[in-house]
Amino acid sequence: MGQTVFEPWNDPDAKPLIQFRNVSKRFGDFTAIDNQSFDIYEREFFALLGPSGCGKTTMMRMLAGFETPTEGTILLGGQDIAPIPPNKRAVNMMFQSYALFPHLSVWENIAFGLKRDRRPKDEIESRVAEMLKLTRLEQFARRKPHQISGGQRQRVALARSLAKAPKLLLLDEPLGALDAKLRQDTQFELMDIQEKTGTTFVIVTHDQEEAMTVASRVAVMDHGRIVQADIPAKIYEQPNSVYVADFIGEVTIIDGTATKVDNGYEIDFAEGQPTLYCQTDKQLANGQSCHIAIRPEKVSISAEKPADRRNILQGKIHDIAYLGNISTYHVKLANGKIVKAQTANTRRLAHRPFTWEDDVYLSWSDTAGVLLER
Amino acid sequence: MRRAALILVPYLWLLALFLVPFLIVLKISLSDIALAIPPYTPTLDLSTGWQGVKDFFAALDLENFEFLTTDDLYWKAYLSSVKIAAIATFLTLCVGYPIAYGMANAPDHWRPTLMMLVILPFWTSFLIRVYSWMGILSTEGYLNQFLLGIGVISTPLTILNTNTAVYIGIVYTYLPFMILPIYAALERLDGSLLEAAEDLGCSRISAFWLVTVPLSKNGIIAGCFLVFIPTIGEFVIPSLLGGSRTLMIGKVLWEEFFNNRDWPVASAVAVILLLILIIPIILFQRNEQKQREADQ
Repeated sequence: MGQTVFEPWNDPDAKPLIQFRNVSKRFGDFTAIDNQSFDIYEREFFALLGPSGCGKTTMMRMLAGFETPTEGTILLGGQDIAPIPPNKRAVNMMFQSYALFPHLSVWENIAFGLKRDRRPKDEIESRVAEMLKLTRLEQFARRKPHQISGGQRQRVALARSLAKAPKLLLLDEPLGALDAKLRQDTQFELMDIQEKTGTTFVIVTHDQEEAMTVASRVAVMDHGRIVQADIPAKIYEQPNSVYVADFIGEVTIIDGTATKVDNGYEIDFAEGQPTLYCQTDKQLANGQSCHIAIRPEKVSISAEKPADRRNILQGKIHDIAYLGNISTYHVKLANGKIVKAQTANTRRLAHRPFTWEDDVYLSWSDTAGVLLER
Repeated sequence: MRRAALILVPYLWLLALFLVPFLIVLKISLSDIALAIPPYTPTLDLSTGWQGVKDFFAALDLENFEFLTTDDLYWKAYLSSVKIAAIATFLTLCVGYPIAYGMANAPDHWRPTLMMLVILPFWTSFLIRVYSWMGILSTEGYLNQFLLGIGVISTPLTILNTNTAVYIGIVYTYLPFMILPIYAALERLDGSLLEAAEDLGCSRISAFWLVTVPLSKNGIIAGCFLVFIPTIGEFVIPSLLGGSRTLMIGKVLWEEFFNNRDWPVASAVAVILLLILIIPIILFQRNEQKQREADQ
């Protein structure tokens, strides 16, 4: 029995929940969002990823209603949301600072939105109880926000924003204030809750690992533009630009000129160095300058020259970053270029095969590198 | 040792400038009026030794306090003072809160200037400022001239020497004490809380009542006490701006002291006033304590 894959963005019949249509936002001379159009589908977990100041928070605040687009329209379920004030939108937001009301208990915080809707008392009570259960906060219901831990506060903020069962939940750096260990656990909890409630989530984060873990699609942003929006694996394996390749994970970028050979291109990158081969469908002109992005874990490192590979470079180990489970070797080529290679530490450290200043060979397969136009 | 010395300084200060004068006033309140200098007996005469001390204490009694209960002027004056202070505090809050709110929401570079403007009146003598209100509020004053000039009224209003003038004077004088603590509370308010309230379905107005007001509660309470406590015993404003029918305990005290030259009764009035004030002062300190705990 085959499981249906959740990929509404590949389905031409699927109706998007949110549509950005040529949206721009300017603050005076500064362009925060530059003519962006994209869709977010129902039940998606959509991540806006980028460095600070790239416009991701502005994007989210426009969805929440705290900012209005300078140009263009945003549609929610086919309806223009520009004239709808934040308190009338079926959109709720979880704030980076959590913004819990310090004078109200956990229970009252979660009930806050429901009470504003003037729902019947027993309905409010059962809904709050449900939210407390979902976020495992039952025994803290009577406490005030300053009487609980950071992780619990994060869950209260989530419960409060989910209580009204919004069509769309916005999360602004939801895990930014948590320590690394708690953050990992909470990422899976978030995914779990998203799946259980079936709510569409849009998360804003600068942490690429977090975005890759939780999101169904990741939009990498830079200077008010979405550079690439795709599933995490494609973002990682097939970045469409040096910016994306460099922003997500570790990478070595080699600049060179392309020459068409077989099903790909041979790249000449430095005098005295062998050419590198990269298999690709892309069409480049002969002699066009380009980049190869190569992930360190796809580069093998060996003392002997491998016989069966087309991409082989020789160099000296310049630096070793030991991360416990893996080690990253920084190998310096004869022309001074540093290429990164990663190996899993399957054996004890004492048995490490290479050390500083060792002469080694680096090699990778024809399809490992990604050819990027300049 | 050093800590003990540090703590000792404020205690010595309180002892010399509060407790000792209070004990003197308390002693006078237990004495009898006399045509002498000072105008009361007994005075402590140490030349007769131990017997002198014994005679001194034997002559003290609660007669003056009993007297305060026989004349209804006094309890009416206390009650009227509390009433005027309460109304004036409420009016000051109504004027002060919007000002503090406006200051807290003003652009950053404006705030020091606005703060300066609030404090600026303190640079002029309090007495002169109250006198200038007489010039504004009197029948021939600027306010009446202005209103007559633009034709709103045809006969001058009588404001000076009424309770209205007293309220105007108190609100004007004590406004900074209301504004500053409320401003301090509002300035610390996290703007994302209001966004969160709106996001959860509040209108701007209900977000104000449900979030801004409760979170500035401590500032409001502090401001109210800072106005209420000194207003109860206020003397200058009611005597200069108020009329003969403005009954406030500060005025009664002054008349006992200077017109009747009855120091013992005046002292008894002052002691009772202090006892009345202890209640709000304790409440005020409890509020401050709570706020400090909440901040931690």
